Parts: sequence; C-alpha cells; structure tokens
Amino acid sequence: MFKPLHAVSLAAALVAGAVSPALAQGEVNVYSYRETKLIQPLFDAFTKDTGIKVNVISASSGLEQRIKTEGENSPADILLTVDIGRIEEAVKAGITQPIVSGELDKVVPPQLRDPEGHWYAISMRARVVYASKERVQQTALTYEELADPKWKGKICIRSGQHMYNNALIAAYIAHHGEAKAEEWLKGVKANLAQKPSGGDRETARDVAAGKCDLGIGNTYYYGLMQANPQQKPWADATKVILPTFAGGGTHVNVSAVVLAKHAPHKAEALKLIEWLAGEKAQHMYADVNYEYPLRSGIDINPAIAAFGTLKADQLPLSRVANEKKAAAALVDKVGFDN
Amino acid sequence: MHSATGGPALRGAAVRLPADKIASLTIALAAAALIALPLASLMRLAVAGDTDLWPHLMAYVLPHAVAQTVLLLAGVAVVAVLAGIAPAFLVASFEFPGRKVLEWLLPLPLAIPTYIAAYVYADILDAAGPVQTALRDVFGFKTGAEYWFPPVRSLGGAALIVGLVVYPYVYLTARALFKTQSASFAEAAQTMGASLWQTFRYVSFPLARPAIVVGLALALLETLNDIGAAEYLGVQTLTLSIFTTWLNRGSLGGAAQIALALLAVVTLLIALERSGRRGQSVEGDVQDGTVTRRLPLGGGAAALAVLVCAVPVAFGFVIPGGYLLREAIRRGLISGIEPSLLTALATTVALAAVATAVVLAVGIAAAIPLRLAPVRTGRPLLAIASMGYAVPGTVLALGLLSPLVSVDEILNALARGLTGVNVGLVLAGSSAALIIAYTARFSSIAIGVVQAGLTQTPREFDESARLEGAGVWPILRQIHLPLLTPALTGAALLVFVDCLKELPMTLLMRPLNVETLATSIYQFATRGSFEDGALAALLIVLAGIPPVILLMRLPDVREKRR
Repeated sequence: MFKPLHAVSLAAALVAGAVSPALAQGEVNVYSYRETKLIQPLFDAFTKDTGIKVNVISASSGLEQRIKTEGENSPADILLTVDIGRIEEAVKAGITQPIVSGELDKVVPPQLRDPEGHWYAISMRARVVYASKERVQQTALTYEELADPKWKGKICIRSGQHMYNNALIAAYIAHHGEAKAEEWLKGVKANLAQKPSGGDRETARDVAAGKCDLGIGNTYYYGLMQANPQQKPWADATKVILPTFAGGGTHVNVSAVVLAKHAPHKAEALKLIEWLAGEKAQHMYADVNYEYPLRSGIDINPAIAAFGTLKADQLPLSRVANEKKAAAALVDKVGFDN
Repeated sequence: MHSATGGPALRGAAVRLPADKIASLTIALAAAALIALPLASLMRLAVAGDTDLWPHLMAYVLPHAVAQTVLLLAGVAVVAVLAGIAPAFLVASFEFPGRKVLEWLLPLPLAIPTYIAAYVYADILDAAGPVQTALRDVFGFKTGAEYWFPPVRSLGGAALIVGLVVYPYVYLTARALFKTQSASFAEAAQTMGASLWQTFRYVSFPLARPAIVVGLALALLETLNDIGAAEYLGVQTLTLSIFTTWLNRGSLGGAAQIALALLAVVTLLIALERSGRRGQSVEGDVQDGTVTRRLPLGGGAAALAVLVCAVPVAFGFVIPGGYLLREAIRRGLISGIEPSLLTALATTVALAAVATAVVLAVGIAAAIPLRLAPVRTGRPLLAIASMGYAVPGTVLALGLLSPLVSVDEILNALARGLTGVNVGLVLAGSSAALIIAYTARFSSIAIGVVQAGLTQTPREFDESARLEGAGVWPILRQIHLPLLTPALTGAALLVFVDCLKELPMTLLMRPLNVETLATSIYQFATRGSFEDGALAALLIVLAGIPPVILLMRLPDVREKRR
C-alpha cells in the first residue's frame, strides 16, 4: 500500500514539474510509439549494461508534432517508431538528424536504413494471413488472391486506414499501380465477412470462431496469442500463411529509431541506438515481442519460425512510404471501411 | 444605460461596482484564453494547410462521416435520455425498495471509459464470446458464419455501448435538479389533479430542462471526443476522419480545418439551443431550496421503478465492471499487483484532484461574478471558455502545445538573461501541461453547471442582498455557493472522473516517465490483450466510487438538517 503522504509529495513533484530528467546527465530521453510493456525490459537491460538511465514517454500518435513544437528545448533524444510511412514523415518533418555510426552500418542492411542515416530499422514484422486450420486447405497464398471471389464472405480485417493495412495497400500500389490496386481493394472488400473493425487479435479470434476463414494480421500478434493462456485457443485454431506478392515476397514493415534534431544527450542516445541493434537487444526483440530481428545470426522465436522461411518482399521500403497517401485515398475511394 | 426599475435594477446597481466588473472580466478572459490560444494555434495550422484535399474529402470521406456521426449521436442521445432521465426522476420523486442503493449505483458507468466498454462488450458478444459460443452449442452450429447475430462492432452497437456509459451525465444533472426543484410546483400540480405523467411532462421536466440539456450536451460531446471505441467498433466518425486526415492523408492542416469546422457546427448547435431556451426560461421565483418530498410507491409500480433504474446500472456498470473483475482475478493481477500500477493510481488521483479543484475554481470565479457584476463581453467569453469540451482531446492537446512552448521560451529567455542557464520546458514538459489541458477541456462542465444552477436561483435574492449593501463576494459566498453546492459537487464528480479516465490528451502531453491508469490500460490494449489491463480499469472505477457516494449523500445531509 502507498501512504497518502506519498501521494501528496508525488502530486507536488508532478505539479512542480518533471523537468530535471531532461537536464541531468547520464540519461537518455525516449519518445516512443512502441508499447512500454515491450520496450521497458529492453531499457532496463540497457541501464544495467551501461548505467545510463532511460526516461520514456509513449503514445499512439502526435509525438513528431510534439517534438517539432517543443523545438530547441525539446528533451527528446530518440523517437522509436513503427511503420515506414510514419518514419519517412518524421524525417520530412525536420525533427531528425543523421545517425553516424560505423557499427550500425555494419549490422543494419542497406535496405533497412535511410541512405542519409536519418533512420535505422531495429526490427521487422510481416503482414500475413491467419487461416482456419479446419476450413482452409491451402498452404500458400498470394496477396492478389485475396480478391478472388472464391473467398466471398470469408475474410476478416481491421480498418483499411490502420497503418499496418495502409502500408500493405501502399506496397500493392507500388507493385501494380493505382488502377490495379483499386480493383484489388474492391475485390477484397467484396470478400469481407464483416465491416473492417477491431484489431489483429479480433481478426484471429473471428477466424477461430468461424466468422471468417482468412484474417489479415501481423506476425507477432500470433506469437503473443500463443503465449497468452486466454488467447491460445485462437492461435490453435488458426495457422499462419506467409503470403507473397505475385513475383515478389511477403510484405514486411519495420520498427525504427530516429535521432532527434536537438537531442540534448546525443552521446547516450547513440549508445542506446547501437545497443538496440546489438545481439542482446535483438534476441529480446525476437523472444519477447516475436519480431524478426534485423541482425543476422539471431534466432527467430520458434513460434514465428514455424510459419516457414520468410521471403521478404524486395521492394524498397521508401517506395512503400511514397504510396502512403495514395493508399489512404484509395481506401476512402472504394469505401473500404464503410 | 440601464433601466432603474424591476429586474434590471440589479444591473443598474452593478454599474456602481467597477472593481467587481474588472475582476469578473479578468477571470472570464483568463478562462477564455485557455481555449482561445489553442484554437488560435489550430487556426494557424488550418490556414497554413492547403485545401487540395477538400474535393477528395467531400467526395469520399465527409458525407459518410457526417452521416455516421449524426446517427451515432442520435443513438447515444436516445440511450442516454432513456437511461438517464427516467431513473433520475424516479429516485428523486419516489420512495421504493432499493432506491438509495440504485441512486448511487446509477452514476457509476461514468467511471468506465468508452473504449473499455467497447472492448468488454466485443469480448462478450463477438463470435468467439460466451454468448455466441453458447448459442452455437445449443443450436448445433459449427461456425459463427452459419447464423445471424446482431454485430456488436457496428454503428448500432457503438450507440448502445457508448450510450450506456455516458448516460450518467444526463442522470447526474437531471437528478440534481429534480431533487432540489421546487416541491411546491409538483405538489400543487398534483393537488390540482394532475396525473404523475402530467406532473413530469408539464412541471418537473420543463424545470429540469436546462440541466438535462447540459448533461446531454456533455454526453454527446464525450461521444464526439471518442476515437478508441469508434475505431474499434468500425464506426467512421468525423473525429476519426480528423485523425486519418492528419496521420494517413498526411495533412495536419486539413485535419485542423475539419476540426475547426466541426467545432463551428457544435458551437452553433449549442448557441441555437440556448437561444431557443431563452424564451421559455423558468428561472425560479419560488425556489426555496426545499427538497422534494418523495412519494412512496408500492407493488407493481415499485417493481417497475426498480427495473427502470436497475437496467442502466446492470448494462453500464455491473456487466463491464464484473467482466473486468473476473479477468483481473483470472490473470492473478490482484494478488500480484505491480508497484508501477500503484504509482499510476497515485499519479492519476493526484492529477485529477488538482485539475478538479482548478476547474471548479474557474467555473465559480468565471460564472458567478458575471451574474452579479455583468459585463457585456462576459457571455461570449464564457461561451468561448466552454468550448474546450467540443474539441476532441488530441486536437486540443496539439493546439495547446505551441502556446505552452511559447510561454516556456519566454521563461527560458528570462532565465538565460538572469542566470545564463536554460530552464527547459517548465510548462510543456511537466505535469502542469496536463493540469492546463484538463482545465481547458473540462472547464465547460463547471461553467455549464454553475450557469444552469444560477438560472434556478431567483434574482430577488441578489437584489435584496444588494439592497442591504452586500458586495459581490459576500453574495457569492453566502447565497450562491450554498445554493449551488449540490450542482457543484455534481460538476466536481464529473470533472474528477473525466480526468481519471482521460486518455488522448494525457498520452500526448504527459511528461517523461509519467503513467496514469488510462495510459497503462492503453499499453496493454495496443499489445492485443487489454484484459491484462483489467486491474487498471478497475482502479479507475474504484477511484471514481468515493466521490460518487459523497455526492449522493450530500442532499440527504441537507434533508436531515431541516
């Protein structure tokens, strides 16, 4: 139990302002779109290794805008973010500076970082199909096939405007052009069992309950479901198919790190960034969050490895980012979410 | 300039109090600035943003979003009015078994955030949930696709779910009025042979209407503020389109333009309602603070009253609360409570308490002196100060950042000049930002409640006090505050609970390393297991209960005293 006095002093401290962490030494301030529950263990391990304290704020949107508005006095050192479209926008917003690190250049493959060093990917996830074990015999699929009328009334998916789907649709546009993508999106919409809603876990849950046969979701949710006793039955009733673009590979998106333009603790920030690309952190990304590590030689979590070998699409991520707005417009145009 | 006879005599008297006028004007100005500054920065964004996107928005986005929003608001209004007004009238006017318990259970859904209610009901009613699983077992269906079941993730589902947790706004404001409104009216009506329905329809309801409208407006604005539940349930509201325009369509300017257009419409609607009400104002002449005597109900009527009051409690509170409790126990969250959660609880309560005190002070200090020392600009200023609730939280937070940072930059320039050292983001980087944001957003509750309450206080009170030479502050302290206490306590509760569960502004504006209960729940929800945040959700509910009980006991204390 906490004492009321603690609450009072805490309140006083809160109201007086938590300014000091931003100014103290041996610290690094992280603005994050990644969930605290995931990254806190990583930061704890980093602090243990280096003695550098990590201060965090996490949100779902608006952090770039916050950093931009805070301007020169911004305490932000690092922004941890997901989705290539968002990453590129942070760079365009002018809130980043190049990360200069020979160590990182050795570890992170060129297609997973900005040529000018404004962002480096830290981990990867694939957008895949959760298929009913009972009702789906196919073991391979193409994204194009999702528009095939044979799946009429059998597909579940979250909102087409969610960034995960936005990037998938953007990748489709990058592969086939807008006109074909529009046809495809209409076809997928015609195959939906219900209005796009919920999240990836609801999608898996609906497949398990027989509301639909195919669901679109991210790889790591499946790993999280298997590890959660309440959600394991949903994972057990479904199998993951790694779909590919016709003539391409599986759509992969990244989580990445950028260095804030006015980072007050640049040295510590660089240390943290290099640490996140290091072996220990990469193991944790694979094991705790079921993501694909970007560093070679790190074991993928067995739950994820069981999907088969990931053949990541070779389309450069920057081309996916370029189609972000077009993808959003297409979702509006075909009334995908309506 | 003012007539010296009748009602306006008071205004004439007020001219002699320039100091009071300046004071009340200053307070109103400050309250309005809290909203005007963020709105100004939004306007800057809107003007800077190009309008290229509008043909696309008009063709594919806004018509659907407007229709969905109107339908959602209409649905929520129906649910909130049904679930709010009837029980409020019943518990205030009649005596029946369980009345006392129901009276304080009825506001509790307030403590359940809309997105939590959405998650819970989807868990229960989706194809994989217990209800449909049982149906399949009973009827021998193999899959969830073989039969029709009303989809919970739909417009209708959203209206019902949101309505069931926002109705307390209507209940609380209506109940306070039903409870304190002149008993003599209702009794006279009944003595004259009016039926119960007639009494309600022609006496109690019109008297309570200003308060009901305030409550309903709060409920609908809360609905408009919601993003989590709408997105999760697949309802394409305008607020959601503001979001997608900003994040996906890549136009923060366009998002600001939609947000301001939406705000203009909402403000217009509220103004229309106000002007419509002006003609039929029932400013009390006879109100004397008497508490309505409750008529005892028996037999079938009592059972019906219990049912009418129990249904909203069951669906708005017992089911979602019970579900959260079950999940918290199943997951061992209570036995293995994390220390970080207790810190979050302390933080949340502290922030909410401070913000509530500030909001109440703003409401009292801005609204009451303006009645006693009216200034022409007072009303529009208060109207501006009341607009915070009509701006979606994330949008308001975005708008607030830049004025806060501007103040910080001035402070830094001063500090550099004096000491040569930067002090950092004193406002924007501390919890002060959250308190300011909560105040900006929730001041309208206090202002609205105080204004509605003031219409119930006869101006003769002010006049006679004035004739005896009393100044503004003694009148405020000795007449208005005591009379407004029930309404103010209600407002305090609403604000406190709103702060407890506030998510979008808190997410974006909180300082480093600060988590509230709402942001903790959010952390779990984004990982696809919101049930792991069940305990945090329960703590919001628990923190909301003591003030509810306090509020419910208050009028009874008054009754005993007489």
